[in-house]
Amino acid sequence: MDRRTFLKAGAVAIGASGGISAPALSQGAAARTLRFVPQANLANFDPIWGTQYVVRNAAVLVWDTLYGFDDKLEPQRQMVEGEEVSQDGKTWTFKLREGLRFHDGEPVRSVDVIASLTRWMPRDPMGQLLRALNEELVAVDDRTFRWRLKAPFTKMKMALGKNATPMAFIMPERIAKTDSFTQINEYVGSGPYRFVRNEWVPGARAVFQKFDGYVPRNEPASWLAGGKRALIDRVEWVVMPDPATASAALQNGEVDWWENPITDLVPVLRRNRNIMVDIADPLGNIGSFRMNHLHPPFNNVKVRQAVMTALRQEDYMRALVGDDPALWKTLGGFFTPNTPLYTEEGGEMMKAANLERGKQLLREAGYNNEPVICIVAQDQPITKAFGDVTADLLKRLGMNVDFVATDWGTVGQRRAMKNPPNQGGWSMFHTWHAGADAINPVIYNAVRANGDGAWFGWPNVPAVEAEVPNWLAATSIEQERAAIGRLNRAAVENVVYCPTGFFVGYQAWRRNVSGIVKGPIPFVWGVSKS
Amino acid sequence: MFAYVVRRVLATIPVMAIVALFVFSLLYIAPGDPAAVIAGDQATPEDVERIRQSLGLDRPYLVRFGSWVFDIMRGDLGVSIFTNLPVVTMIKQRIEPTLSLMIVTLCLAVSIAVPMGVVAAWKVGTWIDRAVMGFAVLGFSVPVFVVGYLLAYIFALELDWLPVQGYTSFSQGFVPWIENLILPAVALGSVYIALIARITRATMLEVLQQDYIRTARAKGAGQTSILFLHALKNAAVPIVTVIGIGIALLIGGAVVTESVFAIPGLGRLTVDAILRRDYPVIQGVVLLFSFVYVLVNLAIDLLYTLFDPRIRY
Repeated sequence: MDRRTFLKAGAVAIGASGGISAPALSQGAAARTLRFVPQANLANFDPIWGTQYVVRNAAVLVWDTLYGFDDKLEPQRQMVEGEEVSQDGKTWTFKLREGLRFHDGEPVRSVDVIASLTRWMPRDPMGQLLRALNEELVAVDDRTFRWRLKAPFTKMKMALGKNATPMAFIMPERIAKTDSFTQINEYVGSGPYRFVRNEWVPGARAVFQKFDGYVPRNEPASWLAGGKRALIDRVEWVVMPDPATASAALQNGEVDWWENPITDLVPVLRRNRNIMVDIADPLGNIGSFRMNHLHPPFNNVKVRQAVMTALRQEDYMRALVGDDPALWKTLGGFFTPNTPLYTEEGGEMMKAANLERGKQLLREAGYNNEPVICIVAQDQPITKAFGDVTADLLKRLGMNVDFVATDWGTVGQRRAMKNPPNQGGWSMFHTWHAGADAINPVIYNAVRANGDGAWFGWPNVPAVEAEVPNWLAATSIEQERAAIGRLNRAAVENVVYCPTGFFVGYQAWRRNVSGIVKGPIPFVWGVSKS
Repeated sequence: MFAYVVRRVLATIPVMAIVALFVFSLLYIAPGDPAAVIAGDQATPEDVERIRQSLGLDRPYLVRFGSWVFDIMRGDLGVSIFTNLPVVTMIKQRIEPTLSLMIVTLCLAVSIAVPMGVVAAWKVGTWIDRAVMGFAVLGFSVPVFVVGYLLAYIFALELDWLPVQGYTSFSQGFVPWIENLILPAVALGSVYIALIARITRATMLEVLQQDYIRTARAKGAGQTSILFLHALKNAAVPIVTVIGIGIALLIGGAVVTESVFAIPGLGRLTVDAILRRDYPVIQGVVLLFSFVYVLVNLAIDLLYTLFDPRIRY
């Protein structure tokens, strides 16, 4: 091929490709599109089957709920127009709002709600309580349904409106009839945005288009409550696994909003006058490590107490989020700080940070140099930082640490094994809990201590469990707080698990985006772009 | 020749079978549990077990392997555990960015590295030779992600000439397509350029000592003609071999490059699938990469006949 032929062929190829360049989006179209970098990849889109936070965060755009938490953590009516509770508190009758429609144009009916709640109940701790109390859940008419229970359940609105995963999303009956352990493959909701399935590239992109048929409530929006007014026509989730790339893309204006910039990059973002940085979620996260209560050495409560007494939460927090004290605080209780049930009753041991006392407790416990198999996911910055601090702590305490550096997928598998640590089991692993999931003892399964039914580590502390029904039965906030105070004391004394501190993270966005609020979910309604 | 090609194509079948067995077995014995990842951090052990059963992960090794092989024979790579999408669909979604990145990198690398190697051999011992070799050492030594970050910082953030990340399909136009590929291709190509330049230089040095080069000079052939017509053609076989072997480097490098530049290609798909233990996707992508690699080797073998008429199959 000579030079002229080559140039001709090149010109033809370029012409065939549709010209030098496709037309750029007009300014108006760009202002109606919000490009958002989520915390993780949206690998599946069934918020009941997969309970990861990223799925929940996308799902709130597409599916609506009967009630929704506002920024005071109070459940407010959302799809529900009103409810009536019988004198004995056992029968709830709900009426749906007028004009609710699914994205396929079909009206939202009572049968859709019943099928959705039936699918949700087995997967959710509060749903499981409701299922146990369920006597009859029936449609009265297309907009009215009745739920008869065996006993009063005062936390009904909380259960149906909470933002902890899995949320009680309402789907069309034909989809909601799918078994709750099988993934759905049709994504039709009645929320303010519809999912554009043909543009979904898992691991790279997800697109949500404004649903014109959505009728928001009249009240102002507050988290999941009030009028969810969609001011943006199109929301594009752009998945970026690398924080440095996300930071550069935000600075360059290639994306508009980044859900979770890492602390190290925040000073760089703050120097850019086109970018705003603020706390993302005031409910934050609770760092933790869990010890295996079934096997030595942590089947001995004194050993667990030794570790809790010796640990300094500040070390964990500085290792993770740095020296800015606005980003973290130490905890004297298991629940989320600044929420109604937070208490430090009996929590002195959590803040002791006394290594010498820890050593003494370890001696009293008769610790015999049994190995501590500490499994640490290195691919999660949080667990990596916590794991390093814990390994150092245990060594200083005089424990025999076997540090198993691995990935999150392996931790997920291994922590479920009840075998002794030297037979494929484990002694401890690190994780964290979203603050929104740690506001009451029913949705907060990490604090539960019902033996085999408890979360990994399987603590068995009847004194903790005794307070859960007391909290459920409480009819005033004072009664609730009293029950939680006793629960907290018992959980600390028995070291259900070790909290490593409370921390919050940042979010960042371009200055031409407005209406972003702090909350446990990146709420898109009310957000606009100029 | 035709019989040779048919034989080689048929030989890919046992190779692929061994790869399939190896990949499946490796994933089977590897730790990790997709059910635990799906269930989320708050799931109970019972939830995880129930999901494991629904995905068929509790079935014995032989049953799972047999069922997978049976599906592959029918051209079905299975369905992703996480997305519920067919693996073939996921590969189709991701193949264009990776293919584009590889083609651009390959063109860039060959067009830069071969002349560099030739010139270095011609000017052996001079500062030009040392500069080329210095670049080659750098290209080998600096990791792809470091080169990537540097390029993005200079050309995207500071100069604002090119985008930081992403991929635009060729169907959207040539310019946006190439704009998104320049930085990743340069980053990915740095190792490749170094490799080809070194091999070209070494081979050219050897060829330039041959009698027929001396004869060409004696006949009065010009320097360009000697270098590119007489020497380079005779040095081509090892160079082409290295280019072929380097495809494996590109596949490995694409994983990192696609992550740094947020390109939705097969490399990122592989990493995501491995981290989540999405077995059908890992198996499908590894099979595809293996098949491509086998085909590239075949193509390289056939290319030898173009450069060296003495080679016959």
